[in-house]
Amino acid sequence: MDVEILSRLQFAGTIMFHYLFPPLSIGLGLQLFLCELAYFRTKDLAWEAAARFWTRVFAVNFAMGVATGIVMEFEFGTNWAAYSRFVGDVFGSALAAEGIFAFFLESGFLAVLVFGWDRVGPKMHLLSTLMVFLGSVFSAVWIVVANSWQQTPSGYHIVWHDVQGEMMPRAEVTDFWAMVFNPSSVDRLTHTLIGAFVLGAFFVASVCSFYLLKNRHLEISKRCLSIALPTALLFTLLAAATGHDSAQKLAETQPAKLAAMEGHFHTTDEPTGLNLFGWPDAENETVHFGVQLPYLLSFMVYNDPTRPVPGMDQIPEDQRPPVWLPFQTFHLMVGLGTLMILVAMYACWTWYRGTFDQRRWLLWTIVAMPVVAMTANQAGWITAEVGRQPWIVYPSVQEGVEMMGLRTADGLSESVTAEQVLSSIILFGIIYSMLFAVWIFVLNHKIQHGPESPEELAEYKRKLQTDSMSEAFGHHGTSRGGGMMEDGT
Amino acid sequence: MSYELLTLIWFGLLGVLLCGYAILDGFDLGVGILHPFIAKDDHERRLVMNSIGPLWDGNEVWLVTFGGALFAAFPVAYATVFSSFYTAFFLLLTCLIGRAVSLEFRSKVKSSTWRRLWDWAFFLSSFTAALLLGIAGGNVMAGMELGPKYRYEGSLLSQVYWYPLLVGGLTVSLFALHGAIYLYLKTEDELQTRVRRVITPLFFVFAGLYLVVTLATWWHVPHATENLSAHPWLWIVPVLNALAVLNIPRAMHWGRPGYAFFSSSMVILALATLFSVEIFPNFMLSTIDPAYSVTLQNARSSRNTLQTMLIIAGIGIPCVLSYTVIIYWIFRGKVKLDPHSY
Repeated sequence: MDVEILSRLQFAGTIMFHYLFPPLSIGLGLQLFLCELAYFRTKDLAWEAAARFWTRVFAVNFAMGVATGIVMEFEFGTNWAAYSRFVGDVFGSALAAEGIFAFFLESGFLAVLVFGWDRVGPKMHLLSTLMVFLGSVFSAVWIVVANSWQQTPSGYHIVWHDVQGEMMPRAEVTDFWAMVFNPSSVDRLTHTLIGAFVLGAFFVASVCSFYLLKNRHLEISKRCLSIALPTALLFTLLAAATGHDSAQKLAETQPAKLAAMEGHFHTTDEPTGLNLFGWPDAENETVHFGVQLPYLLSFMVYNDPTRPVPGMDQIPEDQRPPVWLPFQTFHLMVGLGTLMILVAMYACWTWYRGTFDQRRWLLWTIVAMPVVAMTANQAGWITAEVGRQPWIVYPSVQEGVEMMGLRTADGLSESVTAEQVLSSIILFGIIYSMLFAVWIFVLNHKIQHGPESPEELAEYKRKLQTDSMSEAFGHHGTSRGGGMMEDGT
Repeated sequence: MSYELLTLIWFGLLGVLLCGYAILDGFDLGVGILHPFIAKDDHERRLVMNSIGPLWDGNEVWLVTFGGALFAAFPVAYATVFSSFYTAFFLLLTCLIGRAVSLEFRSKVKSSTWRRLWDWAFFLSSFTAALLLGIAGGNVMAGMELGPKYRYEGSLLSQVYWYPLLVGGLTVSLFALHGAIYLYLKTEDELQTRVRRVITPLFFVFAGLYLVVTLATWWHVPHATENLSAHPWLWIVPVLNALAVLNIPRAMHWGRPGYAFFSSSMVILALATLFSVEIFPNFMLSTIDPAYSVTLQNARSSRNTLQTMLIIAGIGIPCVLSYTVIIYWIFRGKVKLDPHSY
């Protein structure tokens, strides 16, 4: 295999593995903050026990996000050196801003969030939780801005530099805010964040439904569900709305991607229908086994059921993305999104009626929902990134001037060989498989252990007070702080 | 502000990020290197790990931000350095992942085999990370086989030879010493006594390697002193460096470990500054033809971007410093285990 396909595989593999964790950190961070806010306002220990429990789960997930995220920060340089030289002036700024504004904020306050429960007051702790959550959101902001710039570049021009006698192009920022607020960044950012909030809400709902099924931690589970279920419903609906906006924007900015997602090959004068599902065949430019709803795509894209949508035939052949994968992942995402809306609606309805915990099949369905939400998040990104091909930076028109794009094939590191990439893929394949196993194992361990009951927590706090008093009077505390809670958890 | 000045400021800011990383993650890595040898039982091993528990993650962010800032300010250097060190860099990333997960997962399960395994993973990844950082530094100082159009013509094998290995050894011993002084500050009783006993031998190993590397640099990297000769006032850096080195045993002897830790931090600061002075104005010197080198001039971003980034840094750095101070203040004092510890 050649360096291009190997480097793309490596990037896809490492970014998809990394992307298991950040959306859960963002989504769970919101749930954790809401639990702690509820504790802060009510002083009810059940809420505090819940917040302490979610903190432990959050910490495990966050560490995985950091560990796999460091790789991403450097992979542009290791595998995509030509790309890095072309975009560094633009893309680098967003990445550096992410480091300065988001990573330091998150990692600093994470220490207080995880290790500070008995060291700082409730106000400082709540503030730290909020800061960690905001840090993870800022991080999403900058990285999605950077990615959106690749898709819909703006606020830049191309400057040719003399490199040892050869003229080489480079994108340079002319307007920082136009670069940040490029045509797709706001739509894509809100959709990405909402996808993360959906995952977080379903994750909490899943663990709590599991406890209800096992008849454990009932009080705490019900409280957390009272936040998780309504937020799940709210965000699944918002995901559909923002997804719709993104798709409409796509018709303007990246029609090739839209055509691939819809398996829409031929432009006609007739209104365009929407493929519910099918098996697109790019070679013969047709969709096998397709079930099409007439008028719907025209209506979805233009709010006008009769206006035809341009198809793949409008795109020059050497600029067409693959069709099969974006089509399937896009349809998968939409299908799973619809499923999540239905489940969230039904769950909220039964919750309101007070019959939620009597429907075991519903509880088991919710237990499985994080996998559904995770798959939808991943599928959405596959659609966005494969649909961007063959470009690594899209060509664009800035103030009437056509700007060159950069093809993925031209973005590679010149000095890296296929053997090197293959060995790093194997190395990271092994490491990531092990990490995944350890993550599942520890997560399961945490969930099986569960939260402390409010009574246990009250007892622990009393003991902590006596210990610190006896220390103040010069006696050594008898407890090393273990006892009630399992050490190291 | 002129383009030249902005370029210099950004070179300086990258130096600050590099020093921040080396000083802060330096003691983390050092603690990891000492971990299996210094702690006798599970309780002590947890104490050692938890001495850096709340801090290591924030410390590693300095490296990540260094990467981001290099990308933004000198994209050609970012692209060329990291693709040239491809294999070495993936090994370093493996080590950083190894450290993160061994800290995070070691104490989550009550099984001595599980814990032993992660203890060794923690040691091995800390040791190798320190070694690789030194090897990379040694290569950058000596120059690399950079061909035309930033195409690197060497391989991992041409990067591992006696000189970078010596620099790697120096880095390992320096971080181990720095970590030991940090542990001395954070521990008490028997564990602290044991830490105290390794500081002196570690100091002699480090001081010996320091002399050897200095001589080796004179011999192997003749251009190393060019900038010092051109600007004699810069000699203040190696002089302060030597004084800071000598101050470590003195401060420990007089029972002032905080001062010793400050001194070892200053040693790292001085060495990182010397490194920057030595390589200036190149990021990567080509041993094939100096015209192929990656320099400040040909690696930098546009003036506009350097200026915008300076504003971002101006807003960000005070925030970063304030939370760093807050976090170190909250977690000051001797390390104690509680239910939230690793």
